Amino acid sequence: MTTRLKPDNADQVVDAVKWAASEGVPLELVGGGSMRTLGRPLQTEHVLDISGLSGVLLYEPEELVVSALPGTPIAELEAVLAEKGQHLAFEPPDLSALLGAADAPGGNRRGTLGGVVACNLAGPRRIHAGAVRDHVLGLSGVSGRGDAYKTGGRVFKNVTGYDLSKLMTGSYGTLSALTQITVKALPRPETVRTLLLHGLGDADGIAALTAALQTPYEVSGAAHLPAAAARRSAVPDVSGAGGAVTAIRLEGIAASVFYRLEHLPARLGPAAANGVTELGFPASDRFWREVRDVASLIPADTLVWRLSVPPAAGPAVVAALDDLDPAGSLFDWGGGLVWLALAPGAKEDGGAAAIRAAVKSTAGEGHATLIRAPGSLRAGVPVFQPQPPELAALTGRIKQSFDPQRALNPGRLYADI
Amino acid sequence: MKMPEADKRVLARRSEIVAALRAIVPGEGVIDREDELRAYESDGLSAYRILPMIVVLPSTTDQVSRVLRYCHENGIKVVPRGAGTSLSGGALPLGDGVLLGLGKFNRIIEIDYDNRAVRAQPGVTNLGITNAVQHRGFYYAPDPSSQIACTIGGNVAENSGGVHCLKYGLTTNNVLGLEMVLVSGEVIRLGGKALDDAGFDLVGLMNGSEGLLGVVTEVTVRILPKPETARAMLIGFPTNEDAGACVARIMAAGIIPGGLEMMDRPAIHAAEDFVHAGYPLDVEALLIAELDGPEAEVDHLIERVGTIARDCNAMSIRVSESDEERLRFWAGRKAAFPATGRIAPDYYCMDGTIPRKKLSEVLHRIGEMSAHYGLKVANVFHAGDGNLHPLILYDANKPGDLDTAEEFGAEILKLCVEVGGVLTGEHGVGVEKRDLMEVQFEEVDLDQQQRVKCAFDPESLLNPGKMFPKLHRCAEMGRMHVHRGQLPFPDIPRF
Repeated sequence: MTTRLKPDNADQVVDAVKWAASEGVPLELVGGGSMRTLGRPLQTEHVLDISGLSGVLLYEPEELVVSALPGTPIAELEAVLAEKGQHLAFEPPDLSALLGAADAPGGNRRGTLGGVVACNLAGPRRIHAGAVRDHVLGLSGVSGRGDAYKTGGRVFKNVTGYDLSKLMTGSYGTLSALTQITVKALPRPETVRTLLLHGLGDADGIAALTAALQTPYEVSGAAHLPAAAARRSAVPDVSGAGGAVTAIRLEGIAASVFYRLEHLPARLGPAAANGVTELGFPASDRFWREVRDVASLIPADTLVWRLSVPPAAGPAVVAALDDLDPAGSLFDWGGGLVWLALAPGAKEDGGAAAIRAAVKSTAGEGHATLIRAPGSLRAGVPVFQPQPPELAALTGRIKQSFDPQRALNPGRLYADI
Repeated sequence: MKMPEADKRVLARRSEIVAALRAIVPGEGVIDREDELRAYESDGLSAYRILPMIVVLPSTTDQVSRVLRYCHENGIKVVPRGAGTSLSGGALPLGDGVLLGLGKFNRIIEIDYDNRAVRAQPGVTNLGITNAVQHRGFYYAPDPSSQIACTIGGNVAENSGGVHCLKYGLTTNNVLGLEMVLVSGEVIRLGGKALDDAGFDLVGLMNGSEGLLGVVTEVTVRILPKPETARAMLIGFPTNEDAGACVARIMAAGIIPGGLEMMDRPAIHAAEDFVHAGYPLDVEALLIAELDGPEAEVDHLIERVGTIARDCNAMSIRVSESDEERLRFWAGRKAAFPATGRIAPDYYCMDGTIPRKKLSEVLHRIGEMSAHYGLKVANVFHAGDGNLHPLILYDANKPGDLDTAEEFGAEILKLCVEVGGVLTGEHGVGVEKRDLMEVQFEEVDLDQQQRVKCAFDPESLLNPGKMFPKLHRCAEMGRMHVHRGQLPFPDIPRF
């Protein structure tokens, strides 16, 4: 029988984890439920539902810091920050549509702070503001041993002891159940504009983004939508242009944004020769939300891969995968983040071997994650990039140091983690 | 400061160990003569000195790997060292240990402007990276005051900061990839030029791990295009409270300056006497605010910061009119430590971080402690990120003065923790703050950190005696007391 444990406080999380560890009954950690299909499928019978630990504990806008319980919905947290003109600068995405969890019973679409931290999910602004891991200042958690511990703090500059906050961020709940998270609350830019270049091939589009990112104009979004992706956009200036769209976001105080808008095109080389267009507000926000959340820009019912590569290598990696006949693709992070959609059943392994081989041979480094696929496929192929033996062994020892009984999300990240 | 007891069995084998290391690192790469070892007996925290047993200076990753494997197999302790500028004793040697110097790893391996990344060996200096890319308009953002000398490998070990990290981040926010060698000799590559990595964020864990987890042999950092304009403001205030309030108001207004530094009266006078930066001498507190970006943005922000400052009772405001003048404004701040060194025989530099709003309370209480201990203090403060550097003035030749200074310093750090801050913002725990760790952390917190250490270095051979006040055996740490049959959590709601 499945037990769904829904603690109200950190002490109860300790009790639940201790029980799981002592009885050998592993737990699946769930917050809003929007990302349950992200990662390898779990074999756990029991659920530890963190959504009861919800709420903002401390918010000091002039200190640029906010501390909240892990089950706090991202939407709620963002609303609190917006009242003071601040935001989570890493732009957490809403992957519920992509992962088919938009209608999950009892779920909340945008997910929770704990879920976003557990998966280290950052949006287009990652190139400028950093990833989630760059914004977590400290946290409290319960290790798989049932120990309630804390790490980090509430200040920006802190090198006291190991930075376990970084280790928790992106660990997919395999090391600890988080019980409190402190992150940076940064000023929300007052003005946003987006420059659009039209009709460029992948290589030329990324070259233009590279040129933009080499200027001091603090580009905070750099995406390239091949024609098929651009057509799917709900922003008329993007879908109506009839070809590929390359987009560059500029944010900040108005005087600065307009200065940069005026001077940037001349620095983009031949790509801008055919003229640039501009997205104002609110079209800009709508467009970057589409890029952030991905789902609406690629065909439904496809397998979706997320490739993270050296930015300039993005187009070459995709070109090398022509044989797979991708159903859709789009580039974010100046080319460094590639979303690739494949027709289901195109390859027995969902394209895993071909994609990882192309990343290695074309970019030399980087990794590929199978984000959307049926559970059977996610159980059969490595969802996350397999690690070399020495690194896999070290990863195993780190898991052991937090969770020796494998009580928390066992197998979510790698089969034996 | 108590260090781990020397292992007599290792000391007895010294000449055999020297021979074995020479077989791995030939020529002058192994140092065993006492007069030459002297150069390595301390780092930037020069009050502590220990002569290392042997110094090894490898020049390839393979040599590092073989040295570590040999030491691991033979139970010999290893202390890694970059340029030796640590202010917390992070590179303090051990009398029965091998000091592993990375100074020969001094090459920049690759500059990749398209991916905005530089791959460098760990012995390249912090400033060396900026120097290599500035002709193309790029720079490496973290800029600790020791940037001429300190190395990028040491920066990773300490997660170094600088005066620009409020806006541009610490070392950890600017490192994309690492190659490192575990104490077992295994070579591990993490991350690279991509913006994230699969698996646990071990790059994040390595930053600030103070040489206790592995030896870094290559670093990939991101480089940034240099802002078009940067101008600095010197703002004088009649009280520390006014300066502190001004900092809070700037932040609340949504302005993140490139740099935001504060100095108190003794620090202002010491710096002005030393470098003649043009600091006002009739103020109690001085803010240096640097705004950077396109000229239109900088002009706009200077006006807004000026308005806020006047609202906060600023007595004087000067804005740099040239880059030369801007650098002169900074010269005083960057030379604040040596300048303080001129007004007292010795100074002891502290490094706590506090929530910014606690600044005037903390400065007030430091003033009271100064009277109590009978030692003067000058304060410089990374006001933007809350990192406070009180400089305690003392005279090492006066019996008892150093002990008093250390006691005073410990009191300051306890105060930082008490008001919601931390023991160290950028200098590291090392040996200096090791025994204060229990002020900030509970035993359970430190136990978990030590378990992570055990995952990397089960025999505790890498830089032992640093960071942790108590050394536990890994076998003992790993034990988990499982009580079966406990009544499972009667209070938790279930569905």
